[in-house]
Amino acid sequence: MKEKLEASDPTPASKTDASVTNSGVDVSRRTVLKSAAALAGVAGTQAITGFPLIWAQDIKNIELRHVGVSYSVVKAIGDQASKDLGFKVTMQNLDTSAAINRFVTQPNTVDIADVEGWQAKLATKRGVLQGIEVKKIKEFENILPIFTKGEFSGKVVSRQGISPYEAMYISKPDATELHEGVTPWATFLPQVYNADSMGYRPDLIKKEITEWKELINPAYKGKAAILDVPAIGIMDAALCFESAGEIKYGNKGNMTKSEIDFTINRLIELKKQGQFRATWTTFDQSVQLMAAGEVIIQSMWSPAVAAVRVKGMPCIYAPVNLKGGKEGYRGWCNGMALMKHLSGKKLDAAYEYLNWYLSGWQGGFVARYGYYSPVPSTAKKFLTANEWDYWYEGKPATAEILDPYGVPMEKPGAKRDGGSFIERVTNISCWNTLMDEAQYMNKRWNDFKAA
Amino acid sequence: MTAGTTDTLSADGPSNRSSAEAASSKTTASSSGPSGGMAWLYVSPLVLVLVPFFIAPIFVVLVASFLEHDGFGGMLPHFTLANYAGVFSADLTWRLYLSTVKFAALTWAGTLVLGFWIAYFLVFHVRNQLLAIGLFLLCTVPFWTSNIIRMISWIPLLGKNGLVNSILLSTGVIHQPLEFLLFSDFAVVVAYVHQLTIFMIVPIFNAMSRIDKRTVEAALDAGASRLEIMRYIVVPLSKNGIALGSIFVLSIVMGDFFVVKVMSGGGSASIVSALFEDIAVLQYPPAAANAVILLIVVVTMIALILRTVDVRKEIAR
Repeated sequence: MKEKLEASDPTPASKTDASVTNSGVDVSRRTVLKSAAALAGVAGTQAITGFPLIWAQDIKNIELRHVGVSYSVVKAIGDQASKDLGFKVTMQNLDTSAAINRFVTQPNTVDIADVEGWQAKLATKRGVLQGIEVKKIKEFENILPIFTKGEFSGKVVSRQGISPYEAMYISKPDATELHEGVTPWATFLPQVYNADSMGYRPDLIKKEITEWKELINPAYKGKAAILDVPAIGIMDAALCFESAGEIKYGNKGNMTKSEIDFTINRLIELKKQGQFRATWTTFDQSVQLMAAGEVIIQSMWSPAVAAVRVKGMPCIYAPVNLKGGKEGYRGWCNGMALMKHLSGKKLDAAYEYLNWYLSGWQGGFVARYGYYSPVPSTAKKFLTANEWDYWYEGKPATAEILDPYGVPMEKPGAKRDGGSFIERVTNISCWNTLMDEAQYMNKRWNDFKAA
Repeated sequence: MTAGTTDTLSADGPSNRSSAEAASSKTTASSSGPSGGMAWLYVSPLVLVLVPFFIAPIFVVLVASFLEHDGFGGMLPHFTLANYAGVFSADLTWRLYLSTVKFAALTWAGTLVLGFWIAYFLVFHVRNQLLAIGLFLLCTVPFWTSNIIRMISWIPLLGKNGLVNSILLSTGVIHQPLEFLLFSDFAVVVAYVHQLTIFMIVPIFNAMSRIDKRTVEAALDAGASRLEIMRYIVVPLSKNGIALGSIFVLSIVMGDFFVVKVMSGGGSASIVSALFEDIAVLQYPPAAANAVILLIVVVTMIALILRTVDVRKEIAR
């Protein structure tokens, strides 16, 4: 749940238009349009995924609208897809709540909905999606089993909250209820994910932070901030209280009313004691709070921590590995869902797009700002060895690390917080969610806000 | 005598036929005005805009507020009062209204004091009318940028390491940065006052510039003090402008949530911010019930203000 990633990216927005990626591809808008037209005739040979399905003259008139939050639906990715595929992909950004409202109330204005697990569950319930036929997805077998089977290297992945696996399957293409267990029909196709934790200022906090309870440590009174998106803010709070040993939740991602009450009452107490300097809702705000010295510890997203560092301020992404049944990251995963109205050639084009998406270019792109691809094997092909080692293996950089738009981010020798990709994802203890008691929780969260 | 003073001279004279009068003439002259079909024809453009873009959406919200819902964005066509019962039975509602009304009142007071004195200065102290109009336009310069930018620009000023705190610290006035400056109710009110003072200045300026200056002179000649002139002439004759400005300011603050969200650092909530959170998780009927209640409250507030003045007469004058 991150809004406005691009807006706050240290890179000027215009860079998006003329980015210099590692492969040296110029994806300026004009070039894309031109090449889209030029490619239309020869798409079959140029496209990465091959193009046997659609006649060239038909596809150039196709436009796919991929709609979702800005950290997940990125213009540069759509431009590259248009270039590789020969039809037009338009990326449209909305914040999390505007997005789900649009998917549900105006489904025909969207072709590809970018949804999180909980949104996939909601959209499925509302009957605005159509099932994705798994066998048409070339890389499906290579998608990490975290998503497709709910396990990783033999270990079951946490089911607290709505895990991507839980929201992934339906029994038939037009089902409106999720199905437990693998089926040939998917609600959404995971495309980008990460594990959220806290960020802190190592120059002002002289110890290593590895536990959520530090966020509510009175030592940082008036210098802490928490995420103000109710559905996930409450989970960050829950991680804190569980970490401090105050409560043990049955399921942090689907609390009972009394668990919600306990959590909110404690938050109100903390607020009255002056623990929180502020709360934040957008990527931008979290970066500003930290960079302006307003807070020294807060729940935070990995690229936001990087953005603070780019501003020349030391900031560490706290590695909150699971210990003794506590701690752990809050995971999230965005995926692409097909809207119900897609059919015929447009549906074929949508499948082509999904296949392109998992074919690696996008994986390489998002890796450079700290997010992961569900198919690391293809993303690896689009990363240099140094980049792969830095972003995925957690090894020290051997050369300068550049962001997706070519701006230097880290110097040689720098090491990513939280260790390797595997270390992070295996320490996810809960997933972004929408609770059964969402209405009650929302009301209580407003109590916290108004207190 | 300049044109400006001629206007104010003849309150009911024909020389002051503003364009606004055309609008009100329909009602003031209704007895002798067009009848039946013609009247409808006259208002049809307004009806054509208001019905689809204002009446219909409000009707939809009204209907939604009486529907049951499944908690996941689905609305069931069953009549229920549960949404209203939920809103009225929650302490939260009262606290939200209290906090919103508090912001509205403080903002109103701030904009009124500023707006009144700025308008007063422009009308009564700047002798050159051209200069007065020039200064008046100057007041609108900050409004050439967006609301959001004007609000956000307060953050680097008021922050812990912001300009205000740096100056106070370096001059030794304080030894700890003042935290109440930002992410507080104070910051919310500052941002509102900054954004909305113009809405007070304009109508008060308008009302004051219609005050016949000879009335003031006559009062002076009759031995009235400055205070008495203010009390018996300027304030009563600016009343309509104050009322209009108040309507703008109060209705904007009551319906806003973004300033509260950003400037309080998420530490305060307003009615609309709570409503927004409901919509974010597709709780449409409770949000609709909240919206209907807010609408009634704001309309009542405006009706009360309008009882104190005859705005129609003011515009037609």
